[in-house]
Amino acid sequence: MDLVEPGTLSLKADHLTCVRNEIELFRDLSFELTSGQVVQIEGSNGCGKTSLLRILCGLALPAAGHVIWCGTTIQKDRISYNTRLSYIGHQNGIKGDLTCEENLAFYQSLGNAREDISIDSALDQVGLLEKDESPARKLSAGQGRRLALARLIMTRAPLWILDEPFTALDPDGRELFERCFDRHCSKGGMIIFTTHHPVALEHSQIQFMRIGHDKH
Amino acid sequence: MTNTSLKAFNAMVRRDFTLALRNKSEWANPLFFFILACSLFPLGIGPEPNTLEKIAPGIIWVTALLAAMLSLDGIFRSDFEDGSLEQQILGPHPFTILVYAKILVHWLITGIPLMLLSPLLGVILHLPADGIILLMISLLLGTPVLSLIGSIGVALTVGVKRGGMLLSLLVLPLYIPVLIFGAGAVDVGLGGLDTSGHFLLMAAILVLAITLAPLATAAALKVSV
Repeated sequence: MDLVEPGTLSLKADHLTCVRNEIELFRDLSFELTSGQVVQIEGSNGCGKTSLLRILCGLALPAAGHVIWCGTTIQKDRISYNTRLSYIGHQNGIKGDLTCEENLAFYQSLGNAREDISIDSALDQVGLLEKDESPARKLSAGQGRRLALARLIMTRAPLWILDEPFTALDPDGRELFERCFDRHCSKGGMIIFTTHHPVALEHSQIQFMRIGHDKH
Repeated sequence: MTNTSLKAFNAMVRRDFTLALRNKSEWANPLFFFILACSLFPLGIGPEPNTLEKIAPGIIWVTALLAAMLSLDGIFRSDFEDGSLEQQILGPHPFTILVYAKILVHWLITGIPLMLLSPLLGVILHLPADGIILLMISLLLGTPVLSLIGSIGVALTVGVKRGGMLLSLLVLPLYIPVLIFGAGAVDVGLGGLDTSGHFLLMAAILVLAITLAPLATAAALKVSV
């Protein structure tokens, strides 16, 4: 990612309400995130964490409220928001019939890729270099997650929205993600993620946000 | 279209082609269906050349239409299931450009082969040589419309489990104009009349579909994902 001055970028959730299958998951949720900050969203299963992330990406619309990126709602200028955003959902977005290298090459030519990181070095960073020629369908679940991280490393997007990035990862892989988080934030990047694991970042402070109705 | 959008378009075409080459059943099965279904008709109706010649354009067109419909699911289904579609929607380019690329590849791997196979089936059904040429022209103009209209149907049903039946109910009625003018052109030509009216209308439908269908498809996919 390109270097960003702290505090110059902001993502604001403005009184978001989410309704799914006629059940209200959360109401009037507001928060703001500026460059260099990390937010971990917490909540029990089914409380709307994934829905919130999808609303923040613009994949889903909130029942009420707005998502505001640097002063404009994201629906108003999709393309410029999309160039600042990188998202990893439940699915890794990887084609099983393509090799790891081809998968990354596709995302690279789709645009918004950093010029200073080659595919090989991204694969090397996530420990998949010896797998570059094998079809991605042969990767284990954890290795698929690592390949998704390699894609993240290669983009120039300052805002990362990650849905359960640590699932299926071994302790080594989790440390790898944490290191990438740290590096991203120290350059002024922003991260919003959900997880049930405790996460420790060396250089940045994680802010916690609980959503959903507490059962007790 | 800016330079980088063109690059994204090319990357999408190249990727979908590579995937099609590695997953041959996706495009080969509809073609086998096309050949098999067409060759059932002489067996069922009897080998009377006059009868067959008369119904040949209609049979070939209807089976081509069904074959195209069977292949439709491949355009977006696998991308939807592995999360690639979300990534493409969130990419830094207008999503419609990528949809154009995907529809183009679908036409190249199903529409063009259907057209190229049609002379063979024309011979089986006793269609005369000039009828075969007219049939090929009508398929050249008509098959892109099948891919374009079909893509809207897939985009609407991709989020539905086992959407296959729903897809055919949505898409087949929309195929009727193409069927009427496509098969009609061959009939008219064999009767010795001018076919340009039919072909111009098909070309008009094609232009309309090229202009509007990808926009509708992109919008429907954003809802489905």
